[in-house]
Amino acid sequence: MFKNRSEFLYFAWQNPKLRVGLAIVLLMVVLALAGPLLTRWTPREYVAPGPLPPSSEYWFGTTSFGEDVYTQFVHGLRATFIVGILGGGLGTLLGVVIGFTAGYRGGTVDEILNMFTNIVLVVPSLVVLIIVVAYLDVRGFLFESLFIGCFAWPWAARAIRAQTFSLRTREFVDLARLSGMRPAGIIATEIAPNMLSYLLLVFILQFGGAVLTAAALDFIGLGPTNSVSLGLMMNHAVIYGALLLGMWWWFIPPGLAITAIVGALYVTNVGLDEVFNPKLRET
Amino acid sequence: MATLVLAVTIDWVIPRFMPGNPIQILISRANLKAEAARLIYGHYMQAFGLDLPIWRQYLNFWNAIFHGDLGISVWLFPRPVLQIILDAAPFTLGLLLPAILASWFAGNWFGAFAARSKRLDNTLLPISYVLTSTPYMWLGILLAWLFGIVLHIFPFSGAYDFGMMIHWSWAFAWSVLQHWFLPFISLFLVMFGGWAIGMRNMIIYELESDYSHYLQALGAPRSLIRRYAFRNALLPQITGLALQLGVIVAGQLVTEMVFAYPGVGYLILQAIQNHDLFLLQGCFLFIVIGVLIANFLIDVAYVLVDPRTRTGMQGAG
Repeated sequence: MFKNRSEFLYFAWQNPKLRVGLAIVLLMVVLALAGPLLTRWTPREYVAPGPLPPSSEYWFGTTSFGEDVYTQFVHGLRATFIVGILGGGLGTLLGVVIGFTAGYRGGTVDEILNMFTNIVLVVPSLVVLIIVVAYLDVRGFLFESLFIGCFAWPWAARAIRAQTFSLRTREFVDLARLSGMRPAGIIATEIAPNMLSYLLLVFILQFGGAVLTAAALDFIGLGPTNSVSLGLMMNHAVIYGALLLGMWWWFIPPGLAITAIVGALYVTNVGLDEVFNPKLRET
Repeated sequence: MATLVLAVTIDWVIPRFMPGNPIQILISRANLKAEAARLIYGHYMQAFGLDLPIWRQYLNFWNAIFHGDLGISVWLFPRPVLQIILDAAPFTLGLLLPAILASWFAGNWFGAFAARSKRLDNTLLPISYVLTSTPYMWLGILLAWLFGIVLHIFPFSGAYDFGMMIHWSWAFAWSVLQHWFLPFISLFLVMFGGWAIGMRNMIIYELESDYSHYLQALGAPRSLIRRYAFRNALLPQITGLALQLGVIVAGQLVTEMVFAYPGVGYLILQAIQNHDLFLLQGCFLFIVIGVLIANFLIDVAYVLVDPRTRTGMQGAG
């Protein structure tokens, strides 16, 4: 695709969308990694007498109970990235495995997998998650991420299957098959590298989707029971009357961060698409 | 169809194989003596058919669904679940359908305009990216705060004035409309961003394709080429609508929760908070069936719009 690495980096750097998107994502990553080190408190600790607006002492103000919003925010940010990586990663992995298998094998295997994909595709995933999660009294992060991944893969599987179909009949794949390579080997060494850029795009979209799904689940009050998250912050803000009391510092940061992360990922995605696919570059 | 079977099975399996016993919870609320509790427990197990063999329970479950029997709510105790859901459904549909249709049409319209027109593209595209990545509940919270509390323009909670009863009058209709506006706009805006981006990208793709270049070479007017491109670009957008339904429904649910709008989403929230698992299961089935019907309607619309699928169905293709 590219003659060498530096050519790729040149086009990547030339692309303003990629630059802006990556800059925002990196900023958020730094904040998630370094932010918790800059605070003296734990997220659920009562540190102030009551609700206070942002000040030099409490950077993002405090909640109705006197918890520090900044502390909750940076810890929630960490949680958001973990859910995105695990949930998005699992969604991508399942999509890749099912998509490659269905696309490369074809025939009955493909028909069964495709039918399964179409069935799961139609089910509204958040609603299933609600009903599954509502029965659990204690919920963890890992668990939430894995569940999200389990219901997020269908569109990825479908897209990868279609791509695999078109690659399967190319000459270099035939050659590999004639030379006696095993299917798994062919997929790993011949087909996957040709779709690497596409798989990266799939992962980015899965990441964004997982973050949004997790935020919705946490907002409903079905998030992890033992930690803070951005969705849970919004949930508490609504339940404990931040709107009526005009405590904008409580509910604006978490939503803004999610919007920034997901939006920046989408823009990065478009930028990468343009780098990989010269046809899309702006003229 | 297979999806429905899967959904019903999920709906049946999860309560039975998850920890926590809804009947135990129901009884522990009543605060009875141990002996009385055991008697009542047995009575309820029999009443809900939980003492039968598993396969019979499964068949009974299907049988009950076909008779529209979704059980009795624990939260609003003697009322049947189906009736509660049917009371809430008009609010959900009245919000969801206009929001989907309006955002789909408006998004396609603006997206088509934005494609390959520098100035509009540079303003609309960033806005759309921000909108489409906004969590539904956050936009809802922001709008409720800004227009409901800071500016006092719109009410931000419920579907009509708390002092009013449901009846037909202008005052009531006005109240409903006022309460409807903020959740509607909130849903509309988030969806709008996605459709606008999708349409813009599709139009650019179509304008790059051979038939567009050919038309251009023939000297066809720009508007004609764009019209053709628009028609072709509409097809993936219809498919996109079907694929997005799950996400849209999720957005509807959390939006209702933000605005305390008495639809199915609000019911789910109440069901969770009150451990009303029958109501929760009922809502789940209602939503899945609704999504399946919507999928079917979209398929029909696709066939109507795209003549190629029509000939394919007649076997003439």
